[in-house]
Amino acid sequence: MNLTLKVWRQKNRNAPGHLAEYQARDIPVDASFLEMLDIVNERLIESGDDPIAFDHDCREGICGMCSLTINGKPHGGKGGVTTCQLHMREFQEGQTIVIEPFRASAFPVVKDLAVNRSAFDRIIQGGGFISVRTGSAPEANGTPIAKDVADRAFAAAACIGCGACVAACKNASAMLFVAAKVTHLNSVPQGQPERDRRVLGMVRAMDAAGFGNCTNQYECAAVCPKEIPADAIARLNRDYGTAAIKEALAG
Amino acid sequence: MSSNPRQSETPDAAIPSGPLATKWSRHKMNARLINPANRRKYHVIVVGSGLAGAAAAASLSEQGYKVSCFCYQDSPRRAHSIAAQGGINAAKNYQNDGDSVHRLFYDTIKGGDFRAREANVYRLAEVSVNIIDQCVAQGVPFAREYGGLLANRSFGGAQVSRTFYAAGQTGQQLLLGAYQALEKEIAAGGVKMFPRTEMLDLVVVDGHAKGIVTRDMVTGEVTSHAGDAVLLATGGYGNVFYLSTNAMGCNVTATWRAHKRGALFANPCYTQIHPTCIPVAGSFQSKLTLMSESLRNDGRVWVPKRKEDCGKPAAEIAEEARDYFLERKYPSFGNLAPRDISSRAAKEVCDEGRGVGPGGLGVYLDFADSIKRLGEAAIRERYGNLFQIYHEITGENAYTQPMRIFPAVHYTMGGLWVDYNLMSNVQGLHVLGEANFSDHGANRLGASALMQGLADGYFVVPATLPNYLATQKPGSVTTAHPQFAAVRDEVAQRVSKLLSIKGKRTVSSFHRELGLLMWDECGMARTKDGLLKAIEKIKALREEFWTNVMVPGSGEEFNQQLELAGRVADFLEFGELMCVDALQREESCGGHFRVEHQTPEGEALRDDDDFSYVAAWAYSGDVSRPQLRKEWLTYEEVHFSTRSYK
Repeated sequence: MNLTLKVWRQKNRNAPGHLAEYQARDIPVDASFLEMLDIVNERLIESGDDPIAFDHDCREGICGMCSLTINGKPHGGKGGVTTCQLHMREFQEGQTIVIEPFRASAFPVVKDLAVNRSAFDRIIQGGGFISVRTGSAPEANGTPIAKDVADRAFAAAACIGCGACVAACKNASAMLFVAAKVTHLNSVPQGQPERDRRVLGMVRAMDAAGFGNCTNQYECAAVCPKEIPADAIARLNRDYGTAAIKEALAG
Repeated sequence: MSSNPRQSETPDAAIPSGPLATKWSRHKMNARLINPANRRKYHVIVVGSGLAGAAAAASLSEQGYKVSCFCYQDSPRRAHSIAAQGGINAAKNYQNDGDSVHRLFYDTIKGGDFRAREANVYRLAEVSVNIIDQCVAQGVPFAREYGGLLANRSFGGAQVSRTFYAAGQTGQQLLLGAYQALEKEIAAGGVKMFPRTEMLDLVVVDGHAKGIVTRDMVTGEVTSHAGDAVLLATGGYGNVFYLSTNAMGCNVTATWRAHKRGALFANPCYTQIHPTCIPVAGSFQSKLTLMSESLRNDGRVWVPKRKEDCGKPAAEIAEEARDYFLERKYPSFGNLAPRDISSRAAKEVCDEGRGVGPGGLGVYLDFADSIKRLGEAAIRERYGNLFQIYHEITGENAYTQPMRIFPAVHYTMGGLWVDYNLMSNVQGLHVLGEANFSDHGANRLGASALMQGLADGYFVVPATLPNYLATQKPGSVTTAHPQFAAVRDEVAQRVSKLLSIKGKRTVSSFHRELGLLMWDECGMARTKDGLLKAIEKIKALREEFWTNVMVPGSGEEFNQQLELAGRVADFLEFGELMCVDALQREESCGGHFRVEHQTPEGEALRDDDDFSYVAAWAYSGDVSRPQLRKEWLTYEEVHFSTRSYK
C-alpha cells in the first residue's frame, strides 16, 4: 500500500521541531506500524537522509518503550494495543498519517518521536513499591488473598508505563498511571503498612514532575493499551483523601 | 599461545566439597563477609536491569553497598525479562504431586541433556522456594485459587505442576517487582541509575575487572566508571539470528567485549529454538512473537497426515486425517515435551511437506477440544492476552480456528563462563542470568529462565560477591588509572571508524544477511559442511561490513543507527564463534542437533565419553582463532541417561 506520512522531526530537546512529509510506497499490508517506519528509514538512509528516531524494543506490546501519537491518538487509538502491535491492515490505501511524539511538558523530546519518560520512574521512587528487604519474606502461602482481590491487583499491575494516558490528556495528567500502581499495591495485604505513605509520596512526585490535574474525562483510559479502568482514579482519590486527612490530623 | 597465563588453564569451577544438598549452605557459612559499616565504601557496577540485574542491584544496595546500574532502555522497567509470559518454576510442592528440590534439580539437569553443572543447578532448585516468598512479599499478583492460595500450572519437561504465573504476563509482574525494589533503593540513595547508557567495554586492571566504559545514548558522551566489581546481567545473544523473540535492542556487546578482555565464552552454540511462535509473514518482518509454552497445557499440536490436505482450512480436515505428532511420538509427555524436542518434531513434519500456512512453515496449535471441555470463558481467562496478541499479528481468531505456530529463536543457554560464585575467569567480573552459561545445559526448560535470573540476582550474587570484595581494597583503582583512558580511546576510535566508512549498505541489511545464514546453518539442525561454509561467509560479511556499511549522523547525538552498527559488528564476530563451537561439538545434545549424530528414530545422540564438558572459549587476539578450554562435568548425584519423553 502507499501512504503519505507527516512526521514530527526535532533534532534534540532544545531545537525547534516541524512536520516533514514522506511518501511511504509499497508497504506490505501485513507489516506492523513500526515495520512500516523501518522500511521508510531504510530508504531514508540509502538516500543519505537522517532516519526518523523513535523508541521501541520488545515489539510485542509489553515493554512500554514504543509510543507515537498517530493521527492525534496515542498508539493509534485502536484501543487495547500499543503502536508496535498496530498493523498496516488497519489503514487505508492512500491515507495520510500524522505521526507525533507523546506530547507533555513532563516528557521532553529526546529526538524526533522519542521522548524522555523518566518522570514515571521518579513517581515510582515516590512510593510505588513495598519495602521488603531481600531474604526477609515470610512463606508465600502464609497470607491468603481472595481471588477477586488478586485479580483486581493484577488488572491494575498490567500497566506498562508507556505514557499514552499522559499524551491523551489535555492536562497531561499522569493520574491513571499513578492510580494503576496505587490500586495494585494498596489492594494486596502486603501493601497495607505503607498505603498512606505510598499514595501521598506518589502524588507529590507526580505534581513535582510537572504533570497536570485530572480532567475527569478519561481519555487516558480510552487509549490505554492495557485497558486500565478509569475507576482506578476514583480509588486513588479516595486513598489520597484518607491519607491526607490522617496526615493533617496527625499534625 | 595466549599471552595471558590465566587463559591457558582449565577453568576451576570452585565447586564446594561435601554432599550436594549441603554445598550451598556450607559455602555461605565459609564465605568471607564485609562488616555493614564498611559496605558503603565498596562500589559495585551492575550492567543490565532485567530480573537478574535489578534484583542484584536492589539486594546489594539493601545490604549497604554503593551501586551504579546501567541499562540501554529509557527506564529499567523495559528490560526484556518483561516479555516472559508463562511462569516461574519453584519446588514448593503446593500441589502435593510429588515435587521436591531434588526433583526440580533432576528435571533441570535432564532437561538440559546432562550438560549443566550439577552443583549450580541444585542450588537453583534450592533457592527457587525463596524467590516465590520474596516476590509475593513485594506484592507480585500471582494467579490464585478461590481459597486465596497460589495457583500452579504445568510446563514442558515436568510431570508435576510447579509453575507460578500471572496470566500470560509473569515476566512483567516479576520484573516490575524487581524494578520497584530497585526504584526504592534509588530513592534511598543506594543505587545510581544510568538509563539510555550502553556499556561498550570492560576495564581490566591486573587481572581484575575494575570498571566499564559507556556511551550516553542521548549525548554520545563516552565515559569511564570505576568500581570494585562488575556484574554483567545483560541477557542473551539470540538476536545474532536477526529474527528472534528477543527485543530489538538485545545484544551480545557487553559479554562479547568482556570476552575480548579475557573472559571465557562458554557453549555459545547452545541456543533454544522455542516451538510455539507466530510464523514469519514476510521479508519486512523485524521480530518474532512467542506464544507461551503454557498454551500447550490446553492446546493440541497437529498437522495433516497427508500433504494434499495442507492447503485446506483446518475445519475441513477430519479428525482421522490429522497427525497429533507430539502425542503420537511422546505419549507420556505429549504436547508438553521439552522445547528442543517439540521444535525438532515440528521441523520434521514441515520438512516432510506437511506444514501449514504460508510457505508450509507452520503447525497447528488447536484449542477446540479444551474449549469444548472447559468453555471459551475458561480459556479466555487463562490465555486471553495471548489470543489477543495472536489476533493483532495475524488477523485470525484462535477461539474459532487453530493457531498456526512455528519454532523461533528464543533463548541462549550459552554465555560467559562462570564458577560456582558466578564469577568469570576475570576476577571480580560476575555474570548473572541469561548472560552466563551455567544452569540450563544444552536446553532450558520452560519457566526456568525467570527462576534463574531471580535466583542469581536476589540470592546467589548477594551471598558470593562479598567473598570476592573482601579480598579487595575499596576504591583502590579509580578512573585516573591509565587503563581507563586507553579503553576509552579505543571505544571512541571504534565509534569514529563506524561513522567514517560511509559505504553503500545499511546496518540492517548486514544484520539480516547474518541472521539468515545463522538460521540456515547454525539453527535447528547443523552439519559440518554447513558450519564450515557459514564460517567463511561470516568472515566475508564481516569484512564487507567494515568497508561498506553506511552509518548516518554523528557520534555526538541520539543515533540509533550507530548503536545498532556497534551491536551488529559484535554479532558478526560472535556468530563465527557460535559456528566454531557447533563444529567442534561432534554430538547432538539438547538444542544442539548435529545431523551426523542421531539415533535411527531421529533423536539426538549424545556422546558422554567425549563431550560431557563445557566448551569455554578464550579470545586469542584473533577472532577466527579462539582457544578451547574444557571444563569436564562430573556428576555426583545423577547418572547419565538417554532422555526419553516417550
